[in-house]
This record gives sequence, C-alpha cells and structure tokens, in this order.
Amino acid sequence: MDGVESQIAEWRAYVAKAPAVNGRDVDELDAHLRDQIAELGAAGLTADEAFLVAVKRMGDLDTLSREFAREHRGRLWKQLVLSDEDEPARPSSGWFEALVFALAAAAAIQVARLAAHFPDDEPAWLLRNISLFVLPFLAGYFARRRQLDTRRWLLTAAPFVLVALVVNLYPYRAGSATEPLVAAHLPVVLWFALAYPYMGGTIRSHERRMDFVRFTGEWVIYYALIALGGGVLLGLTALIFEPIGTDVEQVFEWVLPSGAFGAAIVAAWLVESKQQVVENMAPVLTMLFTPLFAVMLTVAAATYAVSGVAGAFDRELLGVFDALLVVVLALVLYAMSAREPSLPAGLVDRVQLLAVASALVLDVMVLGAMVARIGDLGLTPNRAAALGLNLVLLVNLAGAAWLSMRFLTGRIAFHRLERWQTSYLPIFVFWAAAVVAALPPLFAFT
Amino acid sequence: MNINKDLVAASATPLVLAILGQGESYGYAILKRVRELSGGELEWTDGMLYPLLHRLLRLGYVTTEWRTPPEGRRRRYYAITDDGRAALAEQQRQWVTVTRALGDLWRGSVWLPTALAEA
Repeated sequence: MDGVESQIAEWRAYVAKAPAVNGRDVDELDAHLRDQIAELGAAGLTADEAFLVAVKRMGDLDTLSREFAREHRGRLWKQLVLSDEDEPARPSSGWFEALVFALAAAAAIQVARLAAHFPDDEPAWLLRNISLFVLPFLAGYFARRRQLDTRRWLLTAAPFVLVALVVNLYPYRAGSATEPLVAAHLPVVLWFALAYPYMGGTIRSHERRMDFVRFTGEWVIYYALIALGGGVLLGLTALIFEPIGTDVEQVFEWVLPSGAFGAAIVAAWLVESKQQVVENMAPVLTMLFTPLFAVMLTVAAATYAVSGVAGAFDRELLGVFDALLVVVLALVLYAMSAREPSLPAGLVDRVQLLAVASALVLDVMVLGAMVARIGDLGLTPNRAAALGLNLVLLVNLAGAAWLSMRFLTGRIAFHRLERWQTSYLPIFVFWAAAVVAALPPLFAFT
Repeated sequence: MNINKDLVAASATPLVLAILGQGESYGYAILKRVRELSGGELEWTDGMLYPLLHRLLRLGYVTTEWRTPPEGRRRRYYAITDDGRAALAEQQRQWVTVTRALGDLWRGSVWLPTALAEA
C-alpha cells in the first residue's frame, strides 16, 4: 500500500499546482480518489491498477483545473483569457500595446495643454474635458487587448463621442456652478464606459462586473504606487538641478501631465499582466483598512449623533462627508471582490457591517441636514447633485446592511450580497450621467 | 449509447440537487448514485462534479461541512438549502415540460423503432 500512498502524494502535488485549486479542494479530490481506489480494490483490482483507473476517471487535469478556474474566478482572475477554450493563454506581457496607448495619452494631454496655454491660462473647457484625454485611450487599449470585433469597437467608442459632444456643446455661462460638477462626474461616467471593453463587450454578466470592480481597486493601488515613485523622482530632480540654474518648472510642465496620464494606461497594463502580485496584496489591504475605517466611522457617527450635524454643516463639510461615504463604499466593494464567496461569515464580515451601518447613520444625518438647508435656502446645482448622490448611496448602504445582516445570521448566501452590489452598479452610472447631461440644462447652464 | 455532452452538462445540476434533496451526501457517493440511477449510461468525469458543487455552494443552493464519520475517512458533506429546493422545483418544471413535449411527439411515431434498431 506504500506504493499507492506515494503515488497519491505525487498526484496531490501535481493537482495542487493548478492556481485555481486550493488546499481544501485537493483534500476533497483526495478523499474521492481514495474512495474510488478502495472500491476498485474491493472489486479485485490490484492497488496499482485501482490507482490508475481512479486517476483516469477523475479526468484530465488541464480540463479539470480550467473548470475550477471558471468557478473560482476570484482565485485567479485570468478568466477573460480562460473563457476562450481554444486559446489557452495569451502572452500576458503585451507591453508594446500598452506603451503605444500610454504614449498616445501622454501626447494627447500635451496637445490639450498647449492649446489651452496651461498653466498661464486655465480655461474651463480643459478642466471639463480632462478625463477625455486619457480614458478613451484606456478603452482603446482594452478593446484591442480583448480583440473586439468592429461592432463592439463602435459600441465602445459611442459613449465617449456622445459625452464629448454633450460636454462641449452645452453653452455654459461664465463662472457656472454646473461646470465643476460636470467635471467631477464625467470621469465616473467614462470609467464605467470603460467596463464595456474591459468585460470583452458584455455588460450583463454579474461575475464580470465583479471582475471590473476588482480591476478598479487594483488599478487604484498600482496608480498610487506609480504616483508615489513619480513624486519622489520629480522631487529629487528639482533638488539636483535647481542649484545649477536649470528652470525645473519648465521641465515639469512637460513631464508631469504626460507622466500622470501615461501612467493610467501603464497601471492598467500592470493590473492585467502582473495579477498575482496584487492578488496577494488585495485581501491584506482590505483586512487592514476595513477595521480602521469601521472604528473611524463609528466614532464619527456617534459624535455627530450627539453634537448634531446641522451646526457644523457647510458646503465643505458636505464634500468631505460625500467623499468619505464614497470611499467606504469603494472599500466595501473591493473587499467583496477579493473575498472567497464560499467562506462562511467571519469576523471581517461583522466589522464590515459595522462600517456600513455607521456610514448609513452618517448618511441619514447628512441627508436630514441637507433637506433642511434646501428648505431654507432653495435648490442650487451643488445641492441637487449632493442630494442625489446621498440618496443613491443611502439606498445602496441600506440594502448592503440589510443583506449582510441576513448573511451573518446565516439566512442567505454571500452570493446575494454580491448580486446586490453588481446589480446596483448601473445606478451609479445613471446618476453620474444625469449630472453630466441633465443637470446643466435644468439649471439653465448657470 | 453515448449520451450527448450538452445533455449531460444540462442535466448535471438538477441531478445533483435532486440527489441532495433526498439527504446530505458527499462527492463520491453522489457520483455513484448518478451511475446507479442511469444504469451506468450517464458517465461523468469524476473531477468535474466538484466545480459544480462549488458553484451550487456559491449560489447558496447547498451548504457544506467537513466531517469524519465513525470508521470512515474525512469527507466534505453537502446538504441542500431552501434556495436549493426552490431551484430544484424550477428545474423540475422545465424538465417535465421538455420531456412531455418530446414524449407527445414520439408516442406512436413509426420511424422511432427502426431508428432505435439501427442504433
């Protein structure tokens, strides 16, 4: 029997190499294999024969690991590669493609900068259009990488063209309040427009929506890392060259925008090709920050509940609150995308519920104060946008809190929580699109 | 007779849910049951059952637990949930409709026996 034991151990080691198969899966398959061997042995086969038959019945390991990868997308998210059976693996590098698109984005922002005479002059159209100088290139990069057909290329381009027209044809008055709002919401709309080519020309699949959420989180991490490195580089450059009389400012005018915009595509490429690196980082980061945010939110909710939010309430604080709520939601979403869905409810899920519930309390207080303010002072574009955003967040947080409570008490599967969030994503898009397209005319472009 | 691959794939979920509907079980026993029920005609590649079970788990149709029965090896047991029963009922409705439609068409048709004889 020792011979068979060592054969099973070898087989185990081989199965465990597949990236989507984890230790518990191997245990499960191992138990199956032993059951099969025992039964075949009882039927009169020798140990060796029984092992061979059992392994054969288990199936070809490549197909098996692909099947596991299909189900456990989160464990390795090369699913977009795996979805095509005839094409087992695209060379994951593709750095040249990425470089071309990064250079194109870097050049585009320079053209825009020169046309606008930035930084001597800061025309409003530059601010309004800024995301249009980078996100179309990112969309193009993904459309190429996913090898979309012509029809899907057109569908990818359509929202960008439409948005460019809307943003530039509207007759904004000078010093308009809707203009900065449009500038703030446009990147959100365009980022979601990016989801279409990212998901390979489909938008209905909830699993792929979750992949896109995960991509967004990883992209932010990579971009932050690149930005940090870039900051250090520029700082040192200034310190080294200033003494010999070089006009560093002039250099920065060229390097900074191109670097920042090109980095957006480089970060996307890093997420795509170096997935395993972040795969290990993502759960750690969410584990680290979810409790910290939970503590901060709970204290904030308690403090404001005692002191009342209305007294301290002004425009700036409102912005801070909205930013905080958006960050909390992003953290929740990202944590969800990094979570292994089949795990039972644990401590992290409880902590997360605490964070969501506190955010909900804060949101309700902000909304109350805001409604009172609108009652007193009337509706302005800023207040309308903030009110809408808070309502959209309120519904999302309330749903998330309710479902995680049911999940924690074991009444529903985690899958339902995921579904809630992935089904809710279009609502964010609609809201941001409404601010971009409907709000300016509603307030007569003031 | 070799049952068509697509048909095997389509019937896998209702079969597993229905077997679990009769009581909790583990992978190897589920496969044995499928072989028995189909008289050995329905051949699955053993390993493929597990990604399927994990999918049902993620959808909340089954729950799972590692357990070591007395005088047995440690195994992962699966049990159906209420959501799983609802899904099973829905699958049942669909399959009954399909088989009824096919049965109506095939009942009394002349060419079928010859076709079967050739096969």
